[in-house]
Amino acid sequence: MQAVTQGTIEFLKLYWAPLLCGVVIVAFLPLIVGYVVLVERKLMADMQARLGPMRVGPHGLLQPIADAVKLLIKEDIIPEDADKLVFWLAPVLSVGAALLSLAGIAIGPAFQIAKDINIGILFVVGVSAMGIFGIVLGGWASNSHYSLMGALRSAAQLVSYETAAGMALVSGLLFAGTLNITSIVEAQRQQGIWFGLLAPVAFFTYLVASIAETNRAPFDLPEAESELVAGYMTEFSGFRWSLYFLAEYTNMIVVASVATTLFLGGWLRPFPRTQWLNFLDFLPPLLMVAIGLYCLVRVPKQPARVQQFFMVAVAGLCFFLALVLAVPVLVPVVNPSLAAGVKPLYEGIHGSFWFLFKVSAYLYFFMWLRFTLPRYRFDQLMRLGWHFLIPLSIINVLVIGIAMIVGTYLHLEGWWLLLATLPASIIALLIALFILAAEQKSGQQQAGGAASDSYAG
Amino acid sequence: MGERKPGDRERAITSVAKTSITDSGEKQHTLLGADELILNMGPQHPSTHGVLRVKLKLDGERVIGSECMIGYLHRGVEKIAEHRTYQQFAPYVDRMDYVAAVSNGLGYCEAIEKLLLVEAPVRARVIRTILTELQRIASHLLWLGTHALDIGALTPLFYCFREREEILKIFEKYCGARLTTHAFRIGGLQYEAYDTLEKDVERFCKNFESRIVEYEDLLTQNRIWLGRTKGVGILTSAEAIAFGATGPVLRASGVKWDIRKAMPYAAYDQYKFEIPVGTAGDTYDRYLVRMEEMRQSRLICLQAIENIPSGPILAKVGKVLKPPPGEVYHSIEAPKGELGYYVVSDGTVQPYRVRIRPPSFVNLQSFDRMVRGHLVADVVAIIGTLDIVLGEVDR
Amino acid sequence: MFLHSGRRGCDRGAYCTGSMADEPKEQQPSAPPAGEKPASSPSSASAPPAKPAAPPPPPGGVPAKPAAPAPPKPPVVLQTPLNNELVERVRAKFGPALVEATEDRKQAILTVECARLAEIALYFRDEEKFDLLSDLTAVDWPKREKRFDVVLNLYSFAKNERLRVKARAGDGEEVPSLHGVWPTANWLEREAFDMFGIVFAGHPDLRRILLPDEWKGYPLRKDYDIIEQDTAWVKENLGIESGQ
Repeated sequence: MQAVTQGTIEFLKLYWAPLLCGVVIVAFLPLIVGYVVLVERKLMADMQARLGPMRVGPHGLLQPIADAVKLLIKEDIIPEDADKLVFWLAPVLSVGAALLSLAGIAIGPAFQIAKDINIGILFVVGVSAMGIFGIVLGGWASNSHYSLMGALRSAAQLVSYETAAGMALVSGLLFAGTLNITSIVEAQRQQGIWFGLLAPVAFFTYLVASIAETNRAPFDLPEAESELVAGYMTEFSGFRWSLYFLAEYTNMIVVASVATTLFLGGWLRPFPRTQWLNFLDFLPPLLMVAIGLYCLVRVPKQPARVQQFFMVAVAGLCFFLALVLAVPVLVPVVNPSLAAGVKPLYEGIHGSFWFLFKVSAYLYFFMWLRFTLPRYRFDQLMRLGWHFLIPLSIINVLVIGIAMIVGTYLHLEGWWLLLATLPASIIALLIALFILAAEQKSGQQQAGGAASDSYAG
Repeated sequence: MGERKPGDRERAITSVAKTSITDSGEKQHTLLGADELILNMGPQHPSTHGVLRVKLKLDGERVIGSECMIGYLHRGVEKIAEHRTYQQFAPYVDRMDYVAAVSNGLGYCEAIEKLLLVEAPVRARVIRTILTELQRIASHLLWLGTHALDIGALTPLFYCFREREEILKIFEKYCGARLTTHAFRIGGLQYEAYDTLEKDVERFCKNFESRIVEYEDLLTQNRIWLGRTKGVGILTSAEAIAFGATGPVLRASGVKWDIRKAMPYAAYDQYKFEIPVGTAGDTYDRYLVRMEEMRQSRLICLQAIENIPSGPILAKVGKVLKPPPGEVYHSIEAPKGELGYYVVSDGTVQPYRVRIRPPSFVNLQSFDRMVRGHLVADVVAIIGTLDIVLGEVDR
Repeated sequence: MFLHSGRRGCDRGAYCTGSMADEPKEQQPSAPPAGEKPASSPSSASAPPAKPAAPPPPPGGVPAKPAAPAPPKPPVVLQTPLNNELVERVRAKFGPALVEATEDRKQAILTVECARLAEIALYFRDEEKFDLLSDLTAVDWPKREKRFDVVLNLYSFAKNERLRVKARAGDGEEVPSLHGVWPTANWLEREAFDMFGIVFAGHPDLRRILLPDEWKGYPLRKDYDIIEQDTAWVKENLGIESGQ
C-alpha cells in the first residue's frame, strides 16, 4: 500500500508537477510579457521626454490587459492567397519553441521545470533556435513580398548570429566544464567569480548576438517597420500577431536567462564567496522597502482616489516582498542555530530575486539600445556578423582555452584566473579589431567600386 | 482550401519570387539568376512620408529600378486659384507644404506684391523673416525626426517634436494657428507682432543651441548612422542641377546656391548667415547641411529680433486687388528648396493662372537616380533625405 | 487681346459663380495702388532694360496696355520691349525663331518659335549658361490661335539671372520635349501634358502624372469646368444629376 502511495507520489513529482508548472507558466507568461512591454514603453517614454501609457489604470498599469483584450477580440484575418495551414501553424510554432526553451531555464536552484537535464544549456539554445521556423514559414505562407523579405532576412540573420552566440557560449562553458545549468551556476559559486568577468569578450559577443537573434533593434531588420512594414508579421493580425509578439519577448527572456546563467552568476548574489560582502544580502529587502516608501510618498500627489489606493497597494506589495526577502537573512542573525534551516529558503527567495534582477538588467540594456541606436542595414549586419563577431568568438574560444591550460598549470583559481584570461581576451579583441580594420579597408574599396558602378548608367 | 485550384499556390508564389532554375541561361541579367521582384511601397507604408507610392524593381534586396507614382493628394490647387480672388487663394497655399505653411505664404504674398508693384513695409518684412526662419527650423526638425525614424532611431523624433512644439506655440500666439498659419497678407501682415514675440523667439533660440547638440550627439558620429547615410543616394552637382534639385539637396551636392543670398527677398539682405555646402552629395551630407541650416536660421532669428523696426505693417493695398495685366515669377528659398510662384494676371480680381513650382515635386525626380543599386533599406533613407511633403508634390 | 471675355466666356458652374462674391466691389474705383513704385522689388532682373527703340516689339500676345477697368491714372507700361546683349545674341543666332523679347516687371521674357524650342533650349543651357530649368509649365489662352504658352523658367548660376522662355503651341501641336536637355523636364512635361494636354514630342514616357490614368479632359484648360468631373462621376456612378 505504502509502496503504491510512494509510487504515485513519485509519478506525480516526475510528470505532473512539471506539467503543472508548465501550465502555470503558459498561463502567466503572456501577462509577464505584457508587463515587460509596459515597462519598455514606459522606459521609452521616459527617454523620449513623454509619459507613455497613462490612461488605463494608474500610470497605465492596466494597459497590458487592455492590449491583450484588444488583440484577442480583433478580427482574425487570413489573406486569401495565404497558405492557410502554414499560416495558422507558423505563429504557434514560434511561440511553442520559445515556451519550450523556458522549460530548461532555472530561476533558482529549486525552480526549474525540466530539472537537471545534462545538456541543459544546449537544450535551451537549440529549442529556442527552432522558433525561426515559425518566422520563415509565417513569412512564406503570408504570400506577401514584405513578409517574404522579412522571413529571408530573419533566416539569414539567425544563421549568422547563432554561430557567434554558440561560440561565445563555448567560451563560457570552458570554465564550467558542464552543460547542466545548475552545475554551471555552482561552478561560478566555487570560482567565486562570474564567468562574464573571466571571459568578457565572450559575454560581449553573446550580448550582441543575442540581440540579433531575438530580432531586436538595432538588428530588427526582419520586422524593420520603416522598410518592410512589419516584415514577416505584416499579414498577421490579432491573436496570431500577438503570438509572434509573445514569442519575441519570451525569446528575449530566454536569451537573458542564458546570459545570466552562464555569464552573470545565475541566482548567485554578486561576489558569492566574499565573506565581508555578506551585507549585500540585506540589499534586496532594503531596496523593496525603499520602493515601497517612495510609493507612499507619492500617494498624496496622485490625482484620483483610485490611483492613491493603487499606490498604497503597490507599496504594500513592496513591503510584503521586503518581509519575505528579509526573513531568510534576518533569522540567522537573530538565531544562528536556525541558519542551516533557512538555507534553502534563502537560496530560493534570494536566488529568484537576483536571477530576475539580472535578467531585468539585461533586458533593460536591450531596450536602452533600441531607443538609442539607428538600425543596421542588411549587408552591414551580415558583415558585422561574419567578419567581426564570428572570427572574434572563434579566436576567443582558442585563447580562452589556452588561458585555461595556463591557469591549470599555474594553479590559478577564482579571481586569480583573471591573470590568465584577461590578457587572452585582450589578445582576442585586438586580433578581431585588426581583422575588422582590414575588412573595412577592402569593404570601402568594394563600396567605392559598387557605387561608381551603380552610378555609371 | 478545398475550392482552390491546384495551380493557385504556384502561381501566387511565382508572383512573389521564384528562382528560375530551369531557364537560368536567360536570366543572366540578374545576379542570382532569379526573377526580378516588384515591390510596391505605399501609398500606405510607414515611411513613404504620406501617400507616395514607389514601385521598386528588386534583385534580391538590391534596387534595379524604381518608379514614383504620385498624385494621391492632388487637389487641383492651381485650378482653384483661377476661381478665387488673390486674397482668397492665400490660405490654399498653406495646404501645399503643410509643414512649412509660413514659407508658402511668404512666397505667394511676395509674388502677388511683385505683380501689384507694391512692397511690404520694413517692419513687416523683418517679422516675415523671423517667422519664416522659425518655420524653416520647424520643417527641418520634422525632417530630422522622421528621417532618423526611418533609419531606425526612434528617439530623435520626440526631441525634434519637443522643439518644433515651441515654434508652433509661437505661431499660435502670433496668428492663432499652428500648422496652416496663413500668417501673412498681401502687402504685409495682418497682425501686429504680439508683445513678447522677441522674448519668445529669443528663449527658443537660446534653448535650441544646446538642443541641436543633443541631436548631433545621438546621430552625427554614430557608427550605424554613418554606415546608413554615407555613400547612400549620391547625387553629383551636375546631376543635381540637371534634375532641377534645389535647396539642401542641391547644396549638399556642392552647389553654393541659396535664393536668400542670390536674390534676397524679405529682409534677408540685412542679416549675416552662411550657406552650408556639402561635398559628397550623399545622405550624410544632406543631413549635415540641414543641421547647419538650422543653426544658421537660429542666427538669423537672433539678429532679426535684435532690431525690429517700427512702422506700419501693411502697405497700402486696396480691399480689392486688381493687379495690372502681366506676369511675374517669384521664388523663395523654402525649407525644401526653390518654391516659385508664376502668376499671370489679366487685370481682374482673380489670377488668370497661378503656377506653383514645388520643390518637393522636382526634387523627387532625382529619387530614381539616387536609389538605383542600393538596398531596400536605403530606399527609405533616400525618401527621407529628399524631405518631400506629398501635399506639395501632388498639390 | 487679353480678352476678359475669353475668360468669363468659359462655361462656369455654379461653383465658380459663388466665388465671384465680391464682384460688386470691383465696380468701385478703388485705386489699385499699382504703378507708383515700379522699381521697388529687389528682384531677379536681367540686364538693364535697354529701352531704345529696338527691333520689332509688339506682335500679338502680351499687350503693353493697362487693365481695361483701371481708373484714369497715367497708364503704367509694365511690358516693355527688351533689347539687351542676350537678346542680340539670340537674335543673331536664331533670327526669326525669336518671336518676341519683352520685359515684364523687370523680368526678361523671350518668346521663341515652338518647333525650334529644343534647339534654342540647348543653346541657352550650353552657351548662355542657363543651366537650371527651374520650372516648365503652360498657360492656356483659349481665344488665341495658338492657345498654349509653354513657359520655361531658366536660371543661370553663373550670372545669377533668371530668364523666361515661352513657346506658343496650338491645340494638338507637338512641342519638342526638353527631356534631353534637362532631365528634370521629364516630370514637368508630364504634368503639363496631364493638365493641358500638350503633347511633347520625343518624351520618353508621356503619361498622366498627378491625375489617374482614366481621367477625362485636361483640368487646367480654361474651358474645363472645375466641377465637370464631379458631375460626370455622380451621373455615371449614382445615376442622378449632380446636386451642385
